Amino acid sequence: MATTSRRAFFKTSGGILIGFSLSDSGIVPQLVPQLVAADTAATPAPGRLDAWLRIGKDETIRVFTGKVDIGMGVQTVLIQVVAEELDVAPGRIQLTMGDTAATPDQGGVGGSTSISAGAKPLRNAAATARLLMLQLASARLGVPPEQLAVNNGIVSVQADASKSVSYGALAGGDGLTEALRVSGGGFAINVEGKGKPKDPASYTIVGQSLPRVDLPPKILGRATYSTDVRVPGMLHGRVIRPAGAGAKFVSVDESSVKAIPGYRQTVVKGDFVGVVAETEWGAIRAAKELKVNWSSPAASFPQDIYQHMRLSKPRVTRELTKQGDAAAAFAAAAKKVEASYEWPFQAHATMGPGCAVADVRTDGLTTIWTGAQKPHALQKGLAQMLRVPEDRVRVVWVEAAGSYGRAGDEDVAADAALLSQALGKPVRVQWSRADMTAWGGKGPAAIVDLAAALDGQGAVTALEMTSRAFSGTEIIPQANTPGNMLAAQLIGLPNTNPGDEYVQWAGSTYPYTFRNVHAVGHIMAPLYVSSSPMRTTHLRDPNGPAGTFAAESFMDELAFAAGADPIEFRLRYTEDARAKAVLKAAAERAGWDQRPAPKRSGSGRGVALALRGGTYVATIAEVDVDRRSGAVRVKRLVCAHDCGLIVNPNALRGTIQANLIQSLSRALKEEVTFDQTHVTSVDWNSYPVARWPDVPQVEVVLLNHPEIAPSGAGEPSSRPTAAAINNAIFDATGARIRRAPLTAARVKAALG
Amino acid sequence: MAHLSLKINGKAHAVDADPECPLLYVLRDNAGLNNPRFGCGLGQCGACTVLVNQVPTRSCVLPVSRAVGKDIVTLEGLGTPEHPHPVQTAFIEEQAFQCGYCLNGWVLAAKALLDRHPHPSDEQTKSAFEGLVCRCGSHVQIAAAVKRAAGMKRSA
Repeated sequence: MATTSRRAFFKTSGGILIGFSLSDSGIVPQLVPQLVAADTAATPAPGRLDAWLRIGKDETIRVFTGKVDIGMGVQTVLIQVVAEELDVAPGRIQLTMGDTAATPDQGGVGGSTSISAGAKPLRNAAATARLLMLQLASARLGVPPEQLAVNNGIVSVQADASKSVSYGALAGGDGLTEALRVSGGGFAINVEGKGKPKDPASYTIVGQSLPRVDLPPKILGRATYSTDVRVPGMLHGRVIRPAGAGAKFVSVDESSVKAIPGYRQTVVKGDFVGVVAETEWGAIRAAKELKVNWSSPAASFPQDIYQHMRLSKPRVTRELTKQGDAAAAFAAAAKKVEASYEWPFQAHATMGPGCAVADVRTDGLTTIWTGAQKPHALQKGLAQMLRVPEDRVRVVWVEAAGSYGRAGDEDVAADAALLSQALGKPVRVQWSRADMTAWGGKGPAAIVDLAAALDGQGAVTALEMTSRAFSGTEIIPQANTPGNMLAAQLIGLPNTNPGDEYVQWAGSTYPYTFRNVHAVGHIMAPLYVSSSPMRTTHLRDPNGPAGTFAAESFMDELAFAAGADPIEFRLRYTEDARAKAVLKAAAERAGWDQRPAPKRSGSGRGVALALRGGTYVATIAEVDVDRRSGAVRVKRLVCAHDCGLIVNPNALRGTIQANLIQSLSRALKEEVTFDQTHVTSVDWNSYPVARWPDVPQVEVVLLNHPEIAPSGAGEPSSRPTAAAINNAIFDATGARIRRAPLTAARVKAALG
Repeated sequence: MAHLSLKINGKAHAVDADPECPLLYVLRDNAGLNNPRFGCGLGQCGACTVLVNQVPTRSCVLPVSRAVGKDIVTLEGLGTPEHPHPVQTAFIEEQAFQCGYCLNGWVLAAKALLDRHPHPSDEQTKSAFEGLVCRCGSHVQIAAAVKRAAGMKRSA
């Protein structure tokens, strides 16, 4: 059924113009299949091989995945995994990602799971396809499968290479209808068939630094991003957000913009206000010049956020960890060490503000082009918001600027969908910089209180942690309910499924073996209930940097209390061989001088260790601190990284290097600022990020474990950077900073 | 609206546009080019960079009327897939960038930097790049690409 409708999909009369490129012959359109009215947009069911993999008579190999690539090279790595199992050259594989009408639902991208979980069904499907090819070839060539060899999709008789047949000849067209066993769902969906995946010891493609397939077209100016989708008859929209959180729409004076060339219409629905024009510049002008009256904002954001968090009654509280008897250990302690760490709200501040094109036909048939990380979830949320059947909504992922969680691609898709529905025309919306930086979802602020009980020898006998934080998911990252999106909230739909996501000790998993641990988490009520620019959602490694900043800075405080070298101290409390290995590898590469901190020479080194989803990371930072100004210059970051089997070392290294710079940026510079009713960090000046002069020397040590299934790499190396830098500042100055970001003013104040 | 003639990637283009409209939207929406990209509209990040008379220029804040009669080069016009500019080759070989949305700024600024200073000092490089944003943090590979491009020029 799914296959039939999908085939109908690609057999279309027209095509949609997505992107242009100027060549010598002029503007050349690129075509993608277009939904036609007779089709449904149902998602392919995962339990059949051809939902994942198709081989054409012309030898093309098309692979379909619900995963997308948010700029880390996942598409290349998935191609490697499939090519390996299928025994074809990677260059032959064409990958379709994140199209709800063409790819199975794999939960989209999140949690650094694209390889650890997302590659599994593709690997199993490819292994089964290869087995089928061998069986078909065996019948065709008249020799048993074990006497056949495969080389780049050509099956030949081992004893007589002149006898051969190609995959295309064997399976061309409709061959791969084999049923697959489906298990799990979301990120964890898996399929299994008859084919057994290869032993990693025999890999020849996995493990190689295949160049990323997406980069040459990008660098040559030939790539298409979501911002470049253009469809016939497309209009341009922009949104006008309320004048402060909780401000209600009162009235609009459309005459203020009617003279703008190309102006078409102002759309008001509840508190959602948007303008549509024939040109992008016309829409930008209209959004700026439209006179809208709003009521006074209803929100009153607290001006001392950490005091607010300490004094307010939490919305919910949960015991997160209870092992051993921490209370008894504290009662018997010779000494107690306590510290409290604070982490600010942070913004995704993605490079390209969210952009989407929506084509909502009057009969409900809907196509959305978006860079959203979870297209299948967005399909559900938009269908409900638009009140059209889900199988009439097709969400097509198109590569976008790095999104780092839930940057706004989902929200802008809802903006575009509402405008398109109102006009009955395709509408493209791109957010302004302020729409993105001020009104996009935020990574939550957190306070982490830590205490340790020490015995007479300075050994840690117990730990206590209490976190107070806004939920990591006031808006869950799956946009699968209508009230999940900002525009939907503005038209009055409630957010029906906010999540409770706690800040946990070291970000939930930690490599240490403390016997007695007690951890409690509190979640604060949202700062404002609906349509809030301060609503929280996933930002890269949700709660990881905040929890690890606290936990790993505190480990340094404990090492100081014990008079121990920070790495040697950590090694005392871990029995995990992989944790020890990353610490030692980082120390060796950095040339770590073993001694207790602080040295107080103005230069310092610090370490932090983190574990996330099976991936181990140890990062060492070297800093200079200017005592007069408090300015911190990070000179060098050394990161040792173990994520099990490495599929593509060079792509992995690039992602880790970038992760280190981005997390350095978050550690040193990034903090959302706000007054009582508005976010005041609205652009690159008011929300500064790391730039060229801030970039240190970066060294990455990759520890490969082919015998261990790959774990994630998109986020783990975000985790320890802030603590490593903070610990280096302590070594350089003797001053301990307990609030991020580690700005010059804050460091200067701590220096006294 | 005004009838304007622009020289883009070596070819004349006639466009009807508001003279105050930033060059960015004329290049994207009238000329159908994808590469100058909208990042901020404020001249703060460089995603919209094009070369105007060889100088890296923020097209999001340059009124199109001020680009008339000048030589505009976008990333599409720097090289072709068959004959990439050496700077593009260097970026490709170094696998620079994560998402790549910012890369107009970096590639075109690198091209202009190396034209002026074939062997740029750290200070010259900093001056060329400190106004650019790469939110993903691909600076390490960008630095390697610039070094490689300078080396290619040396051996050329």
